[in-house]
Amino acid sequence: MKVFGSGLLTGLKVTWRNLTQRSVTAHYPDELPALPPRSRGVIALIEENCTSCMLCARECPAWCIYIDSHKETVPAATEGGRERSRNMLDRFAIDFSLCMYCSICIEVCPFDALAWSPEFEYAEYDIRDLTHEKERLEEWMWTVPPPPALDPAALDPKEIAAAAKAADRAASRAEPPADEASG
Amino acid sequence: MVDWWDLTLRLVVVLVAFLVLPLLVGQTEHKAMAHMQARVGPMYAGGFHGWAQLVADGVKFVQKEDVIPAAADRVVFRLAPAVALIPYLVVLVAIPVAPDAVASVIDPSLFFVLALMSVGVLGSLMAGWSSANKFSLLGGLRVAAQLMSYELPFVLAAASAAMAAGSVSLAVIAQSWTPWWLLWQLPGLIVFFVAGLAELQRPPFDMPVADAEIIFGPYTEYTGIRFAVFLLAEYAGIVVLAALTTVLFLGGWAGPWSDALGWLWTLLKVGVLSFLVIWARVAYPRLREDQLQRLGWTILVPLALFQLVITTVLVAGGVV
Repeated sequence: MKVFGSGLLTGLKVTWRNLTQRSVTAHYPDELPALPPRSRGVIALIEENCTSCMLCARECPAWCIYIDSHKETVPAATEGGRERSRNMLDRFAIDFSLCMYCSICIEVCPFDALAWSPEFEYAEYDIRDLTHEKERLEEWMWTVPPPPALDPAALDPKEIAAAAKAADRAASRAEPPADEASG
Repeated sequence: MVDWWDLTLRLVVVLVAFLVLPLLVGQTEHKAMAHMQARVGPMYAGGFHGWAQLVADGVKFVQKEDVIPAAADRVVFRLAPAVALIPYLVVLVAIPVAPDAVASVIDPSLFFVLALMSVGVLGSLMAGWSSANKFSLLGGLRVAAQLMSYELPFVLAAASAAMAAGSVSLAVIAQSWTPWWLLWQLPGLIVFFVAGLAELQRPPFDMPVADAEIIFGPYTEYTGIRFAVFLLAEYAGIVVLAALTTVLFLGGWAGPWSDALGWLWTLLKVGVLSFLVIWARVAYPRLREDQLQRLGWTILVPLALFQLVITTVLVAGGVV
């Protein structure tokens, strides 16, 4: 039964409980937040992995990735072989004033050259200073945390599942009688 | 023969209390309200948990531009903050903290105090009328409407305490208090405190200032130090209301070892009541003006009259 005026007491009770418990405030500038891996703070780059394939720049909905590259000829590895050409990355820049943190560039990169870093303190006084070149993007790579371990009940990663399947097949081909005997 | 040194000393103590206690209440409100809302409130000013926040606020207010609207009634506009603040300072003079510790001995001090507390409201009315702003005017109208509802029960409840003590002197009222008052003066205590909250325009009765509806009502056009004076008046009002409730209904300095520590008991009770004022602000939403009228005329006034009947019967019957 609802007693008349019980709401007044509830109001006092709730506020008293909050008063006597610790507040939930995050003391941000004094204490940095512990952000989980893959937090969308800033996009970091491993220059060595980049082949200047331009997939990220093309898929970017905000057109905020700038890539310049040129081709160089690599001498033949074996004698009489053919010379190979490869892309050399001249410029890789992301304009974070345009970036909308959609993560498409990171998804689309075939060589895992891009990764999310939880760093978020890169505000600038001038909007033009938000375009960060590959040197700065490389520095952020050091702040990328390792990905979290898989859930114990999760499916195996694709590579492991494929390898296990191949191994099983090889094993069953090697000793079919044993399999039949046991089955 | 007046002892001038003694008088000066007492007045200085009152002035210091007037400048310090409202700030303490304000700071308590900052921190207590924050924690009641699961926040932490000011943390930086002064270094330790933002203890100097109100000092910093004061410095900020002093630096701000003092704007007077072109269409405002300049004299009244400038006078209003002082009218709102000074009565509370003068009220403090008459409030006894311990048996002999009162700055000025006025025999009918209850009348004096009640009269002055009503003057404080004039400041809001003046501000509302002189600002030449529709929100200020609405706020002023709300102040006037509110006045209708709380003033009568406020005075009736105070009268009950005076009747019970057989005196209109605050010191005598506090002196003749017994713990039984907590029982048979309880309706009076509740009515006095609730009506006092309405007089101070404190939540849940802050319809005149209602910042979300009419943008601080009478204070809309005020900036800088004048606005700060209005805020200070609000907190000084809390101290005065808590002190009056303490003296009238909670026995003032009554308590263990009250001979030596009487003033401490008074301050403690004032502190607890001030905390209640803050708590009410956090816990309860704002009423509407008509809801306050309803509360005043259908609950507070009958309750205060009922209290007067009880007091009359018990006093006349010689029970107490």
